[in-house]
Amino acid sequence: MGRKLLTEHINVEGIDTFEVYRKHGGYRSVEKAIKTMTPDEVVEEVKKSGLRGRGGAGFPTGMKWSFLAKPEGVPRYLVCNADESEPGTFKDRQLMSKLPHLLVEGMITSSYALGANTSYIYIRGELLYVLRILEKAIAEAYANGFLGKNILGSGYDLDLYVHPGGGAYICGEETALLESLEGKRGNPRNKPPFPAVQGLYARPTVVNNVESIAAVVPIVNDGGDEYAKIGVGKSTGTKLISACGHLNKPGIYEIELGVPVEEFIYSDEYCGGIWKGRDLKAVVAGGSSVPILPKELILKTAAGENRLMTYESLSDGGFVTGTMLGSGGFIAMDDTTCIVRNTWNFSRFYHHESCGQCSPCREGTGWLEKILHRLEHGHGSERDIDVLASVAKQIEGNTICPLGEAAAWPVSAAIRHFREEFEWHIRYPQEATRPGAVFPGKAVLA
Amino acid sequence: MAKITFDGIEVEVPDGTTILNAARAIGGGIVPPAMCYYTPLKGSGGKCRACLVRVAAGSAKDPRPMPKLVASCVTPVQDGMVVENTTSEQVLNVRKGIVEMLLINHPLDCPVCDQAGECDLQNFAFEHGVSTTRYEEERRTFEKIDIGPLIQLHMTRCILCYRCVYTADQLTEQRVHGVLGRGDAAEIGTYIENIIDNEFSGNVIDVCPVGALTDKTFRFKQRVWFTKPVNAHRDCENPKCCGNVVLWYKGKDVLRVTARKDQYGEVKEWICNTCRFDKKETSDWTIEGPAHIDRSSVISANHYELPVLNQSIVADLPESSTRDLEQNPPMRLGN
Repeated sequence: MGRKLLTEHINVEGIDTFEVYRKHGGYRSVEKAIKTMTPDEVVEEVKKSGLRGRGGAGFPTGMKWSFLAKPEGVPRYLVCNADESEPGTFKDRQLMSKLPHLLVEGMITSSYALGANTSYIYIRGELLYVLRILEKAIAEAYANGFLGKNILGSGYDLDLYVHPGGGAYICGEETALLESLEGKRGNPRNKPPFPAVQGLYARPTVVNNVESIAAVVPIVNDGGDEYAKIGVGKSTGTKLISACGHLNKPGIYEIELGVPVEEFIYSDEYCGGIWKGRDLKAVVAGGSSVPILPKELILKTAAGENRLMTYESLSDGGFVTGTMLGSGGFIAMDDTTCIVRNTWNFSRFYHHESCGQCSPCREGTGWLEKILHRLEHGHGSERDIDVLASVAKQIEGNTICPLGEAAAWPVSAAIRHFREEFEWHIRYPQEATRPGAVFPGKAVLA
Repeated sequence: MAKITFDGIEVEVPDGTTILNAARAIGGGIVPPAMCYYTPLKGSGGKCRACLVRVAAGSAKDPRPMPKLVASCVTPVQDGMVVENTTSEQVLNVRKGIVEMLLINHPLDCPVCDQAGECDLQNFAFEHGVSTTRYEEERRTFEKIDIGPLIQLHMTRCILCYRCVYTADQLTEQRVHGVLGRGDAAEIGTYIENIIDNEFSGNVIDVCPVGALTDKTFRFKQRVWFTKPVNAHRDCENPKCCGNVVLWYKGKDVLRVTARKDQYGEVKEWICNTCRFDKKETSDWTIEGPAHIDRSSVISANHYELPVLNQSIVADLPESSTRDLEQNPPMRLGN
């Protein structure tokens, strides 16, 4: 059993209240940081820890913090991105609703490190009940002197606000989030300028995922070096993986980075294998936007090595034979799953969630969805697969924000690894569209 | 000042200039097309992706190429930057893709559209697009909406450049229209049926790159290439109105009045609705002479001078500048 840095006390009765949380070592990091460390020392610890952004991109958090512009007399902001809405990812919701004080504590420590006196948690609009839990936790923190003016008598002031979004996936993109937080339409901004220079209200801003902020707590408590000992190579620490799909034990697991994928899927400690005794067909390893991989490639890399749950191992082989750790939304599919239908479903999501600002994404996501809809319903033609791949390529890299890529990658990957199944839908539409139809294998196309 | 190399041509521009404006300082056929960027409108640009260029070297200090193509209209230059536009096969191919994306939900019925002949999208598609379509799904359509007695909105033709939104924001006291909805269901609208009624509302017609916002006093009166543009001015009472316009004549009649546009189709000085809609007699105006249309446009083809084609000033263009998209087999009808 791996170490649990974030979720150790998650099942303790009343851990969402200040008293119980404090009794289990809560708010130690705030005391330690504010009383014994300078802000730069906290940043240094986070750098040493090798913590990488847990929202999906995996950018080193310490480096992001050190990029923050610090002009004199200009306020800086820390914004926590709690707009978790990637299909397959549901780790932050659990973390916030069970351990609200962990996020609040992380926000205080991180804000202190960055010199922010006002910080925001931008929470997904659908999670209104979590918002209430967080607001209660924040009120308790204020009442106990961990928020507000002159925290712990140090002269450091911090106000923390929770702001609900309107339920748009695009507002999880950091600049769209900032626009939305400013009260505008949640359209992503053109970069540069980056948020570290001009973010919220055109002030220097750091935007971090909930889990990244929470991870600052054990890093400050135990030291960055201690944190960096967990994990493999540049993937340090623990990561929450929200496993779903055709698994015996779907749920949220805090793993030490470096667990083999095979162990994660099949061991009883984690997901306990594929349900109903079926065989694994494919895995989407990091939320719906990362490339899907067939069983052979998710368990072993193209070079035949065991694939591990780390940033590097999962992306081994690039997008040709690899994928990404992403946000940790682990979706497993058994051998009865229709990949075309699944791809169509993902595409439908991105079509619905595209903000419509830039043309490749606005028009391209709709186009992908329409073609996939046709294929899935037995109205495909031979050229559709090539058109799909080419449209995905036309979107990729040419949009303002990464939503375009998020829409294009699953389609390209599905075609790359499951082209025969698409062909089967085109050549044998009647069989393929029967309810419960299962792709019989390549032989049927011969 | 920053010195950049654009398609092999060196140019020096003030710091903070965008790549697009640096290219415009050079001029000619190397200038990237722009469908949403509009110099006088603050905040515009970056949306249509028509102006994507490749930055082969970021700056003198950091000469690494940028990983993705960048929107030249919003990316500022750095000293020592090397930019490729018409010399990059990748850029030209991506641009063909952008034309395709802009056209899949745009009706291809230019013959019945009032904007034809002075439509930025028409020009863009003609110069940079391909001649076939791969799109066989249903197109997105909307009903025409009257937003007041003077302007008609036809969302079916809109490419969501946001120019009219910025115009209303920056010229008028209160904006009553905006972008509603999301993705390809996004539309320009007033939410609750409303009239866009203020002294400068007519300018949204001029900034619209397509036939989505049209002048109801001119709609279907005449094809633009049968009209004669004439520069004129008057002393307008409105202090914000410059009074410099183009009158579009058919015979002795002034069919419409518009603001003056430069060679990139941009209005530099705005005019008020009184000048635009109410002063349609020659006696209202002091005539200056024939308007010089130096955009690539069918309007100029018919009248005063030869059309200004985008002459290539770069030798050895890549092959793809004249060829269809590689991955674009022509669609066989009935397939």
